[in-house]
Amino acid sequence: MTEEIIIAGFGGQGVLSMGKILAYSGIMEGKEVTWFPSYGPEMRGGTANVTIIVSDVKISSPVLHEYDTAIILNQQSMDKFEKMIKPGGTLLYDPNGIIYPPKRKDIDIYMVEATKTSVEMGNPKVFNMIVLGSFLKIKTVVTLDNVEKGLQKSLPERYHDLIKLNIDAIKKGQEIIEVVYSCRN
Amino acid sequence: MGELRLMKGNEVLAEAAIRCGCDGYFGYPITPQSEVMETLMASEPWNTTGMVVLQAESEVAVINMVYGAAGSGKKVMASSSGPGISLMSEGISYIAGAELPCLIVNVQRGGPGLGTIQPSQADYFQAVKGGGHGDYKMIVLAPASVQEMNDFVDLGFELAFKYRNPAMILTDGAIGQMMEKVELSDYKPRNTVDEIEKIAGNWATTGKKPGNRRNVVTSLELDSARMEENNLRFQQKYKKMEEEECRFEEILCSDAEYVIVAYGTSSRVCQKSLEIARSKGFKVGLLRPITLFPFPKKAIAKLAEKVKGFLSVEMNAGQMIEDIKMSVYEAGKNVRIEHFGRMGGIIPTPGEVVDELEQKFS
Repeated sequence: MTEEIIIAGFGGQGVLSMGKILAYSGIMEGKEVTWFPSYGPEMRGGTANVTIIVSDVKISSPVLHEYDTAIILNQQSMDKFEKMIKPGGTLLYDPNGIIYPPKRKDIDIYMVEATKTSVEMGNPKVFNMIVLGSFLKIKTVVTLDNVEKGLQKSLPERYHDLIKLNIDAIKKGQEIIEVVYSCRN
Repeated sequence: MGELRLMKGNEVLAEAAIRCGCDGYFGYPITPQSEVMETLMASEPWNTTGMVVLQAESEVAVINMVYGAAGSGKKVMASSSGPGISLMSEGISYIAGAELPCLIVNVQRGGPGLGTIQPSQADYFQAVKGGGHGDYKMIVLAPASVQEMNDFVDLGFELAFKYRNPAMILTDGAIGQMMEKVELSDYKPRNTVDEIEKIAGNWATTGKKPGNRRNVVTSLELDSARMEENNLRFQQKYKKMEEEECRFEEILCSDAEYVIVAYGTSSRVCQKSLEIARSKGFKVGLLRPITLFPFPKKAIAKLAEKVKGFLSVEMNAGQMIEDIKMSVYEAGKNVRIEHFGRMGGIIPTPGEVVDELEQKFS
């Protein structure tokens, strides 16, 4: 199994940390992982993306030209990455701020209202964990147990009281995900 | 098994330095390697192993601090990116001339000039052909993963002390900024005063004891006959490195008709290109130099006996290709040797490399 993922959105949305938690969970699962960020003169409000590869075998290129899954969290990223998903691949997006929804007919498309739900949950910061939960509902590349271990490893100890909140958000994401289009029908 | 962690290449350099018993790190911040010093400062190794971490006022100061500390037989290192390494080059030449061991890391970014902060491999010539003045060579290690960032710190110091010569880790912003699973090395204690005396007592300035000869550390020798003798000794040393320290990895080369030569980040990209090319029935292999000096000349010459062509894939305008050509021509072979590169901070994609292979060789 090799899953090649791009997570793309605004800086400050937790794109990089979501990727980091996913990658750490992969290690807890005994898998090989790479986390390759777009680094640069970026800031809150600018675009940010990270390529995550989780695999049973040694990973070759950390840089890719096509992805199994794209997790897209703003319009600029939709414009850039919708076309870079492999045929038969998966697109997961948050409709908040998306003006032009995805059009491809050769991929599976899912939607998660993570921005709205995180506000309803009273903590917009768990936004990225809701998205992560939705992704894990579609692709169980790691188990929830290992995500919890990944959170323990990647969060400094002073934040460990927040792990339950994050796990709840992941579970919420698993519940509220919606199928928009399936290419297998 | 050592401790498993998810870490950035830059963070691993810092952690590996502490764990291998490094005595001192000197640095000056520059993207994309600032996490090296940040991690060291946050770890405060001066409270645990006693390692010194110091931010100097400039790269010129950094390399001269390394020069001084290395002269006392200590295990010392510095890291920077291209613009900083250019400033350090004079000092590196002095260190090579004075025959001192040290480890220098270049986390390359796109140049020339201030350029960009994105990954590049355009400092190949600078690392391999000199950079500074005079006939000197450095052992140059090119890690292709975060794990090798860990492993090559210890290896770099080992080789530097074995040959009393500066060693360089030549990496780039991609491996520096990327996180991967890494198995960290176990802690080794720093050398004690007695151990340093044993290892370096006959050349380092460890303090003159009664009855001992004075050790003088210098690269200056005004008598040109003696300076030539020094040079002959250096050249013998570099030749020995070429004979004994060449490291490389061959992937799917046994039945290959074409061979990609690539190191570091571009070698990772090309491994994916191999998978794609092979699925199209294109018999392609990869030779990954792990040491850039010494360059795997013999391995290239051997492949030149049976392959139809080489493609040098580099994140530059074509630098390593000159060493590939030298290796092939010195062996009296005649094979097509092509280059593909992206510049200015762009990493080629696996698909692009396959397109180039098809265009150039079919």
